[in-house]
Amino acid sequence: MSDATEHALPTALAEIQEDFLSLGVSDRLQMLLEFSESLPSVPDGLVPDDAWEQVVECQSPVFIHVDTDQELPVIYATAPEQAPTTRGFASILVHGLAGSTPEAILGVPGNFPQSLGLNDAVSLLRLRGMAGMLARIQRQVAEAHS
Amino acid sequence: MTIAADPASELQQYAHPERLVTTGWLAENIGTPGLVVLESNEDILLYDLEHVPGAVKIDWHTELNDPVMRDYLNGEQFAALMAKKGVSRDDTVVIYGDKSNWWATYALWVFTLFGHEDVRILNGGRDLWIAEGRELTKEIPEISPTDYPVVERNDEAIRAFKDDVLAHLGKPLVDVRSPEEYSGERTHMPAYPEEGALRGGHIPSAVSVPWAKAANEDGTFKSLDELTALYRDEHGITGEEDVIAYCRIGERSSHTWFVLKYLMGIDNVRNYDGSWTEWGSAVRVPIVQGSEPGMVPA
Repeated sequence: MSDATEHALPTALAEIQEDFLSLGVSDRLQMLLEFSESLPSVPDGLVPDDAWEQVVECQSPVFIHVDTDQELPVIYATAPEQAPTTRGFASILVHGLAGSTPEAILGVPGNFPQSLGLNDAVSLLRLRGMAGMLARIQRQVAEAHS
Repeated sequence: MTIAADPASELQQYAHPERLVTTGWLAENIGTPGLVVLESNEDILLYDLEHVPGAVKIDWHTELNDPVMRDYLNGEQFAALMAKKGVSRDDTVVIYGDKSNWWATYALWVFTLFGHEDVRILNGGRDLWIAEGRELTKEIPEISPTDYPVVERNDEAIRAFKDDVLAHLGKPLVDVRSPEEYSGERTHMPAYPEEGALRGGHIPSAVSVPWAKAANEDGTFKSLDELTALYRDEHGITGEEDVIAYCRIGERSSHTWFVLKYLMGIDNVRNYDGSWTEWGSAVRVPIVQGSEPGMVPA
């Protein structure tokens, strides 16, 4: 990616990235586990059933929804507790993109999942699942603002 | 010394009941000297979430493969890994994992390449253990490193390479991937785009038996009668000839390999770990598309 087109990451997402990179590999996994445990649960009925979009790139049943009717987009995600890696990635995006403008969300580079220093610990194909979540969040945001 | 096999009656139907243990047996035997319990999952964080008390994590992706070349560990690397995990050569190893033991059987297959004598699968794996409400912990056991001998890997008996498969054409081949991958509609498994191949389809004459057909809903293996109906009666895998199983990278086919070899008792079963990611990208190997096995080229 050339510097000219690079967007700064949303502040919260950049902080998460920095936190990951400051740790050794096994502590990074521990942090991913902590993220998976802190994925906010979505109260029943808050998101209509037909509004959830399945992230088919993930092997586990993962669903996302972006509420674009608010002043700033609000991201919701669900993933099974027995799929902590996927849950952790969803949680990073939910926390890291909270409070961001649509432009900032759309500016997150598609290779963000590869920038957390997890490539050696989590196989590339798992990182693809996170890339799928990010792409779907961005598409929902873009559709609402086009 | 290895530990006596689980005498549970439901295991006795299989050709090698000593290769399986029940959840009840494991619950009673946790902490028995000479028993090492390993958890091998697809999801790298599941173990850290919670696991069977005393179980040690083993990761297929980062620990069983050579980090650079597409191959498994060599004898020295495996000995170092076993020492680190606290496994002695004469220990009884019980492996369990997520997704109907898919990754547990893969780990067992790798252990078998090194001739570790007593390695067993927890029937039902992680999911059944949890479903039965058995004890779980987050506590990571302290491991006393062992002195595991360097044993050279022996690929011949249970591992097939591409040239072995070419020479095998005409004998039974089992493709354990999804029907879409078998027919060639997909060049990768749903959700696994990184593990693609350049061409879609299957190896000529291979029958399609998706691996999960050998597992029950609760993660346990199907009964011997059901397995025999599926593989022998429906697909002609009689055991009279050598069999090779393959999938995409050799992990799902480890599950089928375990079923054919230890549950049905077919002696000569090999796993082609190069599988479709190799065959589907290799130059000038025959490929058949569509839902029929197709003919071996003359």
